[in-house]
Amino acid sequence: MPNESETIPSRRDLLSLVGSVAGSAAMYQAMTSLGFASESNYKGPIKLSGDPKGASVLVLGAGLAGMTAALELRAAGYKVQVLEFNSRPGGRNWTIRGGDRFTELGGATQTCGFEEGLYLNPGPWRIPYHHRALLDYCKRLGVALEPFIQLNHNALLHASNAFTGKPQRIRDVKADFQGHVSELLAKVTQQSKLDEAVSVEDREILLQALRSWGALDKNYAYKANLISADYRGYAKEPGGGLGAAPVAGEPINLSDILKSRLWRYLQNFALHQFQTTMFQPVGGMDMIGKAFAKQIGDVIQYDAKVIRIQQSDGGVTVSYVNSKTPSTPQIATAEWCVCTIPLSILGQIQIDVGPRMKAAIDAVPYSSSVKIGLQFKRRFWEEDEAIYGGISYTDLPIRQISYPSSGFNRNGRGVLLGAYVFEGANAYEFTSMAPADRVARAVEFGARIHPQYGAEFENGIAVAWHRVPFTLGCAGAWSEKAREEHYDNLCQIDGRIVLAGEHASYLPAWQEGAILSSLDAIKRLHDRVVRI
Amino acid sequence: MPMSRIESGKFSLALLTGALAAASLALIGSASPAADEERRSQGSLSTGFKFTESTGEQLFTNVCQGCHMPDGGGATGAGNYPSLAKDANLESGGYPVYVVVRGQRAMPPVGAMMSDDQVAAVVNYVRTHFGNQYQDTVTAEDVKRVRP
Repeated sequence: MPNESETIPSRRDLLSLVGSVAGSAAMYQAMTSLGFASESNYKGPIKLSGDPKGASVLVLGAGLAGMTAALELRAAGYKVQVLEFNSRPGGRNWTIRGGDRFTELGGATQTCGFEEGLYLNPGPWRIPYHHRALLDYCKRLGVALEPFIQLNHNALLHASNAFTGKPQRIRDVKADFQGHVSELLAKVTQQSKLDEAVSVEDREILLQALRSWGALDKNYAYKANLISADYRGYAKEPGGGLGAAPVAGEPINLSDILKSRLWRYLQNFALHQFQTTMFQPVGGMDMIGKAFAKQIGDVIQYDAKVIRIQQSDGGVTVSYVNSKTPSTPQIATAEWCVCTIPLSILGQIQIDVGPRMKAAIDAVPYSSSVKIGLQFKRRFWEEDEAIYGGISYTDLPIRQISYPSSGFNRNGRGVLLGAYVFEGANAYEFTSMAPADRVARAVEFGARIHPQYGAEFENGIAVAWHRVPFTLGCAGAWSEKAREEHYDNLCQIDGRIVLAGEHASYLPAWQEGAILSSLDAIKRLHDRVVRI
Repeated sequence: MPMSRIESGKFSLALLTGALAAASLALIGSASPAADEERRSQGSLSTGFKFTESTGEQLFTNVCQGCHMPDGGGATGAGNYPSLAKDANLESGGYPVYVVVRGQRAMPPVGAMMSDDQVAAVVNYVRTHFGNQYQDTVTAEDVKRVRP
């Protein structure tokens, strides 16, 4: 049925479309409503009871999935060895700081020019309060957390073709949208048009609630007055002494909000994934990877590029070469193997697994994502605009500007996340640029939201995940159909090999998914080992 | 691994502008990958989910080269992006059409973000560049037939 795609978008098209129109948050919501779970099922520290009798395990990959496996299996009495492609632990759990050099596929090298203490988390950057496994490991490993500000009412929503391109305050859009909708609903309630749905008794309570929720006046109208100003802020803030009376601002009218489509960004603050409280590790996301490595770093062999994975009745044999310099293949052996290599890479490695697992490995495309960090001479967003943390959303190709959730109210330099593009055409277009161009375009677009960019910009660094040598993409992008056909086959133990990582979870691209996948994999592996 | 084309990360806007100007000059009589990247970067970006570029060259430089690189030569890290240069796999036009539309292993189905005409244009471009000289062309009809 070749014509079907013209009229009926596939679920994947639909998701990508939602993602590009409404930002990745909307996509996550759509994914949730279309059948993805987002809640962690963590039940506390894993208990691997029973004696493995010194069985050996080779873990491939020292990201969070691999290091979780290594930590827990060693604690349970296994002999553990880890092979890692990079020269550092963490994988996508990664932070770039001043002086760090990063060479992407194609050879372009960037040296980060950030001032000491400033950083970019190119991969994961925020932790929902309900990612219980990750939070538990942070606690057990002593990783200090601080709040990650997802919603800042004073940050901005921007549509290129609305309000003559002028960004609007989130508090204005939120309060005004809520106010207008409440007014409409109050009107139909009063006109008895909801009588079938709302009992007489509830009717009065609903009207009270709409007044309270929507900042309506006693006539159930949403207007410029000190009631709405209590929600949306003031045209002139209340002060002290003479002439200090507050002045209410004029709400944006409903039609303008509707046509601007700025309402679509409000779900970024309502979605379960992004509800307060969110966290970030103090000093950078890689504090988590480093904390894992402090425990099990002695068993990690870095700079090891896996080229062949063999298994037999007796065990697993993995061939690897030095990832930095050409070398003759070396061999690592163990009785069991936990392989956390991203499917984008594993699909290219010759691996002795059955056709079902092989088909599953080959069934998952890797999504495109770009993040750009920009250093400025001063924290103008705080000094000039009173924006302390949070995220501004835009329909420009940069999609988001995120303000740092640390170092508030300080003099001196600051680093913004100047672009976070996830899937859709722009992610590929940014990836296709040279790193300096990505930064230049992010500065150019960002200046339409913050004109201070021109005078204050100093330097930047851009990470395009399809150019990242150790993943060749951002994360596994399961289609509903592929998940149905292949997901269980991917997660089953195949002989002596089990796979783990965010790609083997229902929390794609989240660190929680990597850890939960790993815990589930080693639990099943351990059950098998102690039964032998 | 090619030598690094750029040692950036710490540069000023002024330097950047200079670099762009230099690249424009370099374009005269040059088809270096870096110059291609610079030239493309001055173009406009797509405004929605789908790509707005129309020619095969524009599509290649804004989509394909993200992974296959400006010279089509691919790249190697923990895994590989295959080279499209002098690529015998492109002999039958149906194969690249299928891969672009349906994706293959980790490669996303980027054709889902392109019209049939765009897919045909970029496939025809790749099949006649980077040392490939396949003169038969694929059409939008060919693309339509392999849509899922």
